[in-house]
Amino acid sequence: MSAYCSRWTLRFLNRLCVSGLAKTNNKHVQHFSSQTSPSVQVCIVGSGPAGFYTAQHLLKSHKGIHVDIFEKLPVPFGLVRFGVAPDHPEVKNVINTFTQTAHLERCEFFGNVTIGSDITMEELKMAYHAVILCYGAEGSRSLGVPGEKLSGVYSAKDFVGWYNGLPANKDLNPDLSSDAVVILGQGNVALDVARILLSPVELLKKTDITQASLDSVAACKIKRVVIVGRRGPLQVACTIKELREMVNLPGTKPVLDRRDFEGIKDALKDIARPRKRLTELLMKVAMEEPSGRDAERWAAASREWSLRFLRSPIKILPTADGKKVAGIRFAVTTLEGSGENAKAVLTGQEEEVSCGLIVNSIGYKSLPIDDGVPFDETQGVIPNDMGRVCQTPGLYCSGWVKRGPTGVIATTMNDSFETARCVLEDIDSRVLDCSMAKPGHHALRGLLEKRGVTPVSFSGWEKIDALEVTRGDEIGKPREKLLDVQEMLQLARA
Amino acid sequence: SNRRRPALTAEPIPSSLDRAAVSCNALFRTAGTRLVGGKTRRDAPNTATPHKRAIRTPQSQIIINVVFVDRSGQRIPVKAKVGDNALHLAHKHGIDLEGACEASLACSTCHVYVSDAFYDKLPEPDEREEDMLDMAPLLQENSRLGCQVILTPELDGIELTLPKITRNFYVDGHKPASH
Repeated sequence: MSAYCSRWTLRFLNRLCVSGLAKTNNKHVQHFSSQTSPSVQVCIVGSGPAGFYTAQHLLKSHKGIHVDIFEKLPVPFGLVRFGVAPDHPEVKNVINTFTQTAHLERCEFFGNVTIGSDITMEELKMAYHAVILCYGAEGSRSLGVPGEKLSGVYSAKDFVGWYNGLPANKDLNPDLSSDAVVILGQGNVALDVARILLSPVELLKKTDITQASLDSVAACKIKRVVIVGRRGPLQVACTIKELREMVNLPGTKPVLDRRDFEGIKDALKDIARPRKRLTELLMKVAMEEPSGRDAERWAAASREWSLRFLRSPIKILPTADGKKVAGIRFAVTTLEGSGENAKAVLTGQEEEVSCGLIVNSIGYKSLPIDDGVPFDETQGVIPNDMGRVCQTPGLYCSGWVKRGPTGVIATTMNDSFETARCVLEDIDSRVLDCSMAKPGHHALRGLLEKRGVTPVSFSGWEKIDALEVTRGDEIGKPREKLLDVQEMLQLARA
Repeated sequence: SNRRRPALTAEPIPSSLDRAAVSCNALFRTAGTRLVGGKTRRDAPNTATPHKRAIRTPQSQIIINVVFVDRSGQRIPVKAKVGDNALHLAHKHGIDLEGACEASLACSTCHVYVSDAFYDKLPEPDEREEDMLDMAPLLQENSRLGCQVILTPELDGIELTLPKITRNFYVDGHKPASH
């Protein structure tokens, strides 16, 4: 190397060599000395699994990255806190991993900041080298049928938000006084709702379900939950663990019509294992006589749940005074095609079911965050290629807003790692220009102060966490969630 | 459906009782006792007079060899203690097996493939593990959840391969389509 090479050239060449040599096993480990390279400032919008897993992968793979996570609510963790059912605490163990990530020096959490209103996307792009949208799906698909707005009809998202303590749903106050409930949709969320409505209170009261909803469920008179799908048994969207929980639910009995399963056995031969095992369980319940303990339990059961197939809602029927739901009218369908792509086609027949509560569980839906971000209204996602937002360099996405609102935490985890790998590739290949320093959150603090927004730090959340756990301890629960945003903010700042 | 495959060696296929005995012994770290009737399949020294009690190393101190094959195909040999589970072992050695639910059978992120020679030496997965395996992408005949693989002396030399990450993340390869 010539003695006359400038220091800059030598540094640049050195960096090229180091990055080339250090790339092993897809781990983009680069060694920066603090004098030669600015850190890479990354902003993540949304602190659910998508946000945290994306952050985790970036921080683990690249020692020069600093990640700021912005969250609309004062509290982190998204659907892990507000979506996973209270009686599935093991699923929430991921919070421990997320907490470790939040505690890293190069990671900072900013709760109570709404991107799109408190801070604009433009301001984020100026402050960070890369912005990753992980804000999930806060809307829900509507049925598009008359009567949908009647009192007594709820989206599953709101219903789940209510029993999980989402502040926006704390006053939902659903009327649980009728004896029959219809749930539309047959995915895991539908089964969660059914299970929470029918679970023995002795089990629920030991979970982190909110006390107000526990009291409502304890007092309810629900005897029958009908879980309805437009297609057949081979298309149910739920998975076997949740179905088994329903079949084994104490104090209840499953009601499946064996006629729905005629001809299904032959279809089982060539299908993949997960669908096969799920269908076999359904068939066992529908067609076989229950054995020993099951037979006793079902005979003694005071409550029942059923799966109804090939029914598509066409109208929600009101009470005589026109104010509340009294029932629902279905069109009977038949299947065209088979397997996952079978379509439900109308037959012309109709059927009515009386009920006092309808929960619409046909899917969550993402909403656009800002006019500057492309959004596909039909699919309900941000258009992207492996997480790189189309036609918008420097912008990425992970999780439900990237691929649609289905899948479990593990699905989102893999998806988030994919987006993180793309960001890392783009840093390495200079598609993302990180040669100029960016200010990160330092540029935003002044703006937030001017706008009267006080962010909640992760240790602020930990104060909220500690109080919730203490309150829960007093009544034998893992935690009693705070429901009021103002209360959370006061506590976080104390 | 029966996922078990025939053993590839000439050894007699161990009965499930034998396997249960081994895994019980490993879990409870009993040395030299039989929890279930029948021979325990530990690395007992060959004794001509079986009624004489040989001095045996306590289970918990027996070290075996395990090889992880990571997602890029790199082989990573490690030492493991009998009784440890493969997920914890992976974490100890910085191998990227996530274990989101912390070994409580509530996810499939510790999914591994077990090398042929050892698959049948493991006790059969219980229903809860099978249910979670259903959720794992790229499921194969030799798939297991790492948190349920408890290391025993007869697993010395086992290879655990991490599935390659692909674009298809859906349960069972499902691609959502509107209907």
